[in-house]
Amino acid sequence: MRAGLTILFLGILASLPLWLDNAYLLHVLIVTGIFIVAAMSLNLLLGYAGQLSLGHVAFFGIGAYASALVSLGFKLSFPFEIVVEAKPVWLAMLIGMVAAGLAGWFIGRIAFRVRGAYFVIVSISFVEVVRLVAVNWVELTQGPMALNNIPPLAVGDFVFYKKPENYWLVLGVAIVCYILIRRLVYSRAGRAMVALAENEPLATSVGIDVTRYLVLAAVVSAAMAGAAGALYAHYVRIVDPDVFLFIYTVTMVIMVITGGKGTLAGPIVGGLIFGLLPEGLRAMAFAPEAQWIVYGVLMVLVVYFLPRGIVPALQRK
Amino acid sequence: MDELLQHCLNALMLGGTYALLGIGLTLIFGIMKVVNFTHGELYAFGAYMMYALVMVLGANFFVALPLAIALGVALGALLQFVLLRRLHSADIDTTMLVMIGAWIALQNAEQLAWTGVAKSIASPFPAAPLVIGPVSVAWNRVFVFFIALILIGATYLLINQTKLGRAMRATFQDRDTAALMGVRIGNIHTATFALGSGLAAAAGALLGPVFVAYPSMGDLAAAKAFAVVILGGLGSIPGATIGGFILALAEELGAGYVSSGYRDAMGFLLIIVILLFRPTGLFARKERIG
Amino acid sequence: MKLLEIKNLSVRFGGLTAVADLSFAVREGEVLSLIGPNGAGKTTAFNAITGYLAPAAGGIVFSGRKLEGLKTSQIAALGLVRTFQKTSLFAGRSALDNILIGLHLRGRQTPLAIMLGLPYVAREESELRAEALRVLDFVGLKKRQQELAAALPYGEQRLLEVAIALAARPKLLMLDEPVSGMNPSETASFMAKLAEIRLLGITVLLVEHDMKMVMGVSDRVVCLSQGRIIADGTPAQIQRDPEVIRAYLGERYKHVVN
Repeated sequence: MRAGLTILFLGILASLPLWLDNAYLLHVLIVTGIFIVAAMSLNLLLGYAGQLSLGHVAFFGIGAYASALVSLGFKLSFPFEIVVEAKPVWLAMLIGMVAAGLAGWFIGRIAFRVRGAYFVIVSISFVEVVRLVAVNWVELTQGPMALNNIPPLAVGDFVFYKKPENYWLVLGVAIVCYILIRRLVYSRAGRAMVALAENEPLATSVGIDVTRYLVLAAVVSAAMAGAAGALYAHYVRIVDPDVFLFIYTVTMVIMVITGGKGTLAGPIVGGLIFGLLPEGLRAMAFAPEAQWIVYGVLMVLVVYFLPRGIVPALQRK
Repeated sequence: MDELLQHCLNALMLGGTYALLGIGLTLIFGIMKVVNFTHGELYAFGAYMMYALVMVLGANFFVALPLAIALGVALGALLQFVLLRRLHSADIDTTMLVMIGAWIALQNAEQLAWTGVAKSIASPFPAAPLVIGPVSVAWNRVFVFFIALILIGATYLLINQTKLGRAMRATFQDRDTAALMGVRIGNIHTATFALGSGLAAAAGALLGPVFVAYPSMGDLAAAKAFAVVILGGLGSIPGATIGGFILALAEELGAGYVSSGYRDAMGFLLIIVILLFRPTGLFARKERIG
Repeated sequence: MKLLEIKNLSVRFGGLTAVADLSFAVREGEVLSLIGPNGAGKTTAFNAITGYLAPAAGGIVFSGRKLEGLKTSQIAALGLVRTFQKTSLFAGRSALDNILIGLHLRGRQTPLAIMLGLPYVAREESELRAEALRVLDFVGLKKRQQELAAALPYGEQRLLEVAIALAARPKLLMLDEPVSGMNPSETASFMAKLAEIRLLGITVLLVEHDMKMVMGVSDRVVCLSQGRIIADGTPAQIQRDPEVIRAYLGERYKHVVN
């Protein structure tokens, strides 16, 4: 029964570009899809491994920038001479994921040393430093003037220019990420992460190594967010330091928490709501500030009335 | 050498306000264990209140200042009462999210009310700077420095010499025992949040006229507040005071000798570096062994 | 053969010396009980041995390996597993999941294999599940497998704790007041369970206040007072030791002496 509904749901999703005439709406769905991938990755770190990371957009942005730069090729004269020729986009995307994963490794190791609220602050600081580097290291990143004309993904002769193919690409990546996370969560590694989050002294007493699993959660989570970032870079084809703004981390966090952290469906539900909500509000001619006020109030309300998120509340019925 | 002296003087003038921000946050963070994301917004609120009182209502600058601070205290108490009272036993995620929601709502309300255009606030000080030998400093900054010192001193007296202060310190050391001894934790939390917010508003009210007021000014202020708290150690007022000046100095030197674009990064870099080596801050108070 | 050897162990807590110059050994296959009045340093010693606290001085040797400086998880991997004085479970998970977590060290799946969905992962999962059910069965909780750990009655929670520790296949099982809060019939059945655990070849180091249990299951007893050992011998010897009686047993427990 459940499997049937899922297949139906996926089928409808997959067929969307064939009958949806509205290019703008398709664009919104693509961006929402990218955010859902990022939210799923955050859910692994925040929801399952229990790490209060508020710097997730750093991984997204590093993936975006790394992939864009490698696909465009770049030249550096400081700290030493580097010349990198433009590489095919699929390779650039992989490199973007690896770069993000490395950042994840760094954060994972910090998470082990620095706990709780302090870790929250470190994660925020990390993003801000990365953002300021992106703004100031103009030679590499073009600073606020942005990286332009980023090439789209190309497989053989087929180029992912138009919206429908990008939509399917994002949908495909989202499905793959969902499966990966699901496998991880229902396995020995997933149990170890959750055990550490729930009762660390007990978990270590049965041999679960704290560093190993915090780092694992961080690296997988970061690499996935980096993939989302790379998708974004080659779809929107412009990347500027604003991609690191705290408000995007907040958006991802809202998606995960209101959807239901620590559940597989949570980030998807949250992502759909908060990805599509701004469009709904815009259609009702709300000023952008008013939209954000609605977000803020909504967040507070959800936390008060559905403290574990929407999906767990539905599951209890 | 002259340049170095100038940087030090600049840092001195600014450090006091950073200390105010830091003390306010360390009290809230330390006593209530809440990651207060609205701290920056109170800073912005203080600045905007000065704008409203001085520029819109035409009030006297020296009357507006204490009034703006008082309004900040009131807003803090209101926020705590409405948002946090019910969550006093919730886990850190929940309170964090409520605070983030409040922060988003507040900042955008401020944007809606005052528009995004930066507002400048007239101050009654002479425009020409005070020149002392090789260094110079603007009069309004000198004023800010002295008021900040007075406020820091007042806070210190409040925490160490009054009944309220004693209750706050007891709650910080061991909440459960304090409750058992008759301390009304709920009221202490409201007072703490109001005090901390008042200090943030004070910093904003003081710096608003020196710089300008714009809606997202709170974000950087909040970040610096956190840096100061971590520098000084959670719950330590002397630590936050010293931390404020250290941060100001680090920023000045960084901006002067490395690159001005990275001025704001100094706070964040300091946070990361310090926490890597001392996961609980530089002057952290020893927690009670429980 | 000495499985665990403690030599001159000292542990300090912010100026207070909780454990001073402790020396004793646990022989393979035996059940050794650590007794002493509250605050004597028993749990502190436990924490120091299993890596939760850093000792100020002294040596800990387990199965020929030095334990100082090792992480708790490494110590567990060597075969030394402990339970906690206050009920410690994965409260939000089912009893079965709790045991599965306890079986962590028995699994071989790597994260990469998991994500790729390699066939041996699924096979290992079903093996682990079967093993988890066997462990639950051993402590009599098989029927509770799907219940949330937090929802179990107190006595069963304590059994689940021991089961989790057993799942980690310890050579030496360290139990911290396992029957505290249990009624006499629960205590009696736990004593029987302990006998079964012995038969599995597991050495047991026990901290307990319940004298009936201590005298009933132990091969040897070590008595602590104010961080020092004041007696070390068989249960019969301990019962008659004047130091012990003075420090701890007192007149009230005369009736325990057969």
